[in-house]
Amino acid sequence: MFKRRGRKPAGILVLVLMLSTLLAACGGGTTSGGASGENTDNGSAQQNEGSTTTALSGTIEIDGSSTLHPLTEAIAEEFGAANPDVRIPIGTGGTGGGFKRFNNGEIPISNASRPIKDSEAEEAKSKGISYHEVLVAYDGLSVVVNPSNEFVDKLTVDELKKIYEPNSTVKTWADVREGWPAEEIKIYSPGTDHGTFDYFTEAINGEAQASRNDSQITFSADTNAVVQGVAGDKNSIGYFGFSFYEENQDKLKLVPIDNGTATVAPSMETIKDNSYAPLSRPLLLYVNDKELERPEVSAFMTFYLDNAASLAGEVGFVPLQDEQYQEEKDKLAK
Amino acid sequence: MNKTSPVAANTKSMTFRRSKTRISDKIIPILLGLCAMLSVFTTIGIVYTLLQESVIFFKEVPVWSFLTGTTWSPILPPKEFGVLPLLGGTLLITGIAIIFAVPIGLACAIYLNEYAPARVRGVVKPVLEVLAGVPTIVYGYFALETVTPFLQKIFPDMGIFNALSAGLVVGIMVLPMISSLSEDAMRAVPKSLRHGAYALGATRFEVALKIVLPAALSGVVSSFVLAFSRAIGETMIVTVAAGATPQLTLNPLESIQTMTSYIVQVSMGDVPRGTIEYGTIFAVGLTLFVITFLLNILAQWVARRFREEY
Repeated sequence: MFKRRGRKPAGILVLVLMLSTLLAACGGGTTSGGASGENTDNGSAQQNEGSTTTALSGTIEIDGSSTLHPLTEAIAEEFGAANPDVRIPIGTGGTGGGFKRFNNGEIPISNASRPIKDSEAEEAKSKGISYHEVLVAYDGLSVVVNPSNEFVDKLTVDELKKIYEPNSTVKTWADVREGWPAEEIKIYSPGTDHGTFDYFTEAINGEAQASRNDSQITFSADTNAVVQGVAGDKNSIGYFGFSFYEENQDKLKLVPIDNGTATVAPSMETIKDNSYAPLSRPLLLYVNDKELERPEVSAFMTFYLDNAASLAGEVGFVPLQDEQYQEEKDKLAK
Repeated sequence: MNKTSPVAANTKSMTFRRSKTRISDKIIPILLGLCAMLSVFTTIGIVYTLLQESVIFFKEVPVWSFLTGTTWSPILPPKEFGVLPLLGGTLLITGIAIIFAVPIGLACAIYLNEYAPARVRGVVKPVLEVLAGVPTIVYGYFALETVTPFLQKIFPDMGIFNALSAGLVVGIMVLPMISSLSEDAMRAVPKSLRHGAYALGATRFEVALKIVLPAALSGVVSSFVLAFSRAIGETMIVTVAAGATPQLTLNPLESIQTMTSYIVQVSMGDVPRGTIEYGTIFAVGLTLFVITFLLNILAQWVARRFREEY
């Protein structure tokens, strides 16, 4: 108690400090208020700029594949930044669901992770909907194991299914193929809300979202964690978009896939020519011709094809060649 | 002994100049009070949000099966909502961290307080406190890229994601908390007690262990509890280094998932609002909140119960 008397100056110091932080906080408040004022000024300046040059406005509603969604959304965001009066809501009703709305004339653009089916095309025809099919990127999955794994030379689709299917009984590599070592497999998968997961489970297990679900499999929301897992665990297996493999080639061993007719490893070429089946597919946009006459829709499509090359890789897809994007643009212009 | 008293003493000294400072005397307590209330309101807001969203979840999943279920598989069928694997993961990490950090932190505090020359102390203590300022994401990658590969040389079967490495690094993270708070508590032990013990012929070690430590026990133990509570809530380190495999295991070489890293995993994806999957993060968050809340109460109780007045 008596010692504290000597600390009085410290008490005053504390008080002064607290007051000064309070004052500083107030000061900060006013300056940030000023800054936000400037921001709105900038915003309206940009808007003015936009309106003098293009004056695009309206709503472009898109629906369909959740796989293609990240690319379309990324492009819509950039487009929206340049054209703030155009609203682009994007749904993820699935490719089939998207076509249903597209054929009813509800939406101008449909995201698709497969070409339109004959039945869907006929329906569009019967309802008087004509459209353009636009290829925007490819999606290819790569199956990888740890580089120190010397015995896995390839995997058949059935073997992959055995490893990943619901209620899988595979514990060790020996359960996958006779002669492989009886060491427990560490299985990695992208998280359950990834399009990659949907695609893989549909292509391999026959049903989207059908997957083994026990303590031997790790789902990671961050695909990089799958890369780290496979790169770090000797007896691991994992899969993800091809671009992730390309960036981490030195840490991973790519597994060629035997689909019954051929054994193919994914590469830009085999993904593009569809020989890397069943783990590669085209990603397409379908645009209603009548809607394409709206200036904001055609501007968005041109913007899409101009920016798909740079953004596709970012969201994990294989972009087309520049000439191909030009071809698609030419097709649209017809 | 309690933090507000210097300020209180200070207000007393100001009474001499009351006539001139009357207005500020009225305004300042209000301003200070508002600052204090801010944290109270924040806490109330957090509790409200957690409860509101959890209620939706607990309408579907009985509280009892949530608390006692041993399988956590909220997204994929067969769906099960037993929080024990997440709780077990959290406690495994926290346990490793505490086993690592308590002895070292305490030894560090004793050294700094009883043995270290002033110059050494002047260097070591600030350095220790720098450790407390390292962003936890950096610790996370330190665990994943440095500690794990090193541990894999000792345990070749250890996975890249494992509880041991993450737990040790969480321990490193809470180390400054233990050593610094314990050291402060030991420093507050009056010199007269030490001198008395020396006069009776005690050695330095005896003084440290039998006189200073018991006298500072309340501060020391509450530093443990605070460190424990901090370790339980740690998020980035475990998200990066401990894996995402919710399983009930005591094997520190395995990949696990903690409550915090589960919340990260789900909130990073796009689980639709209002679904039961979305509700899980609030139910888990509420569980986490209740645990840390109880621990903080325990820390206060310990501080009061074991306080030695001199």
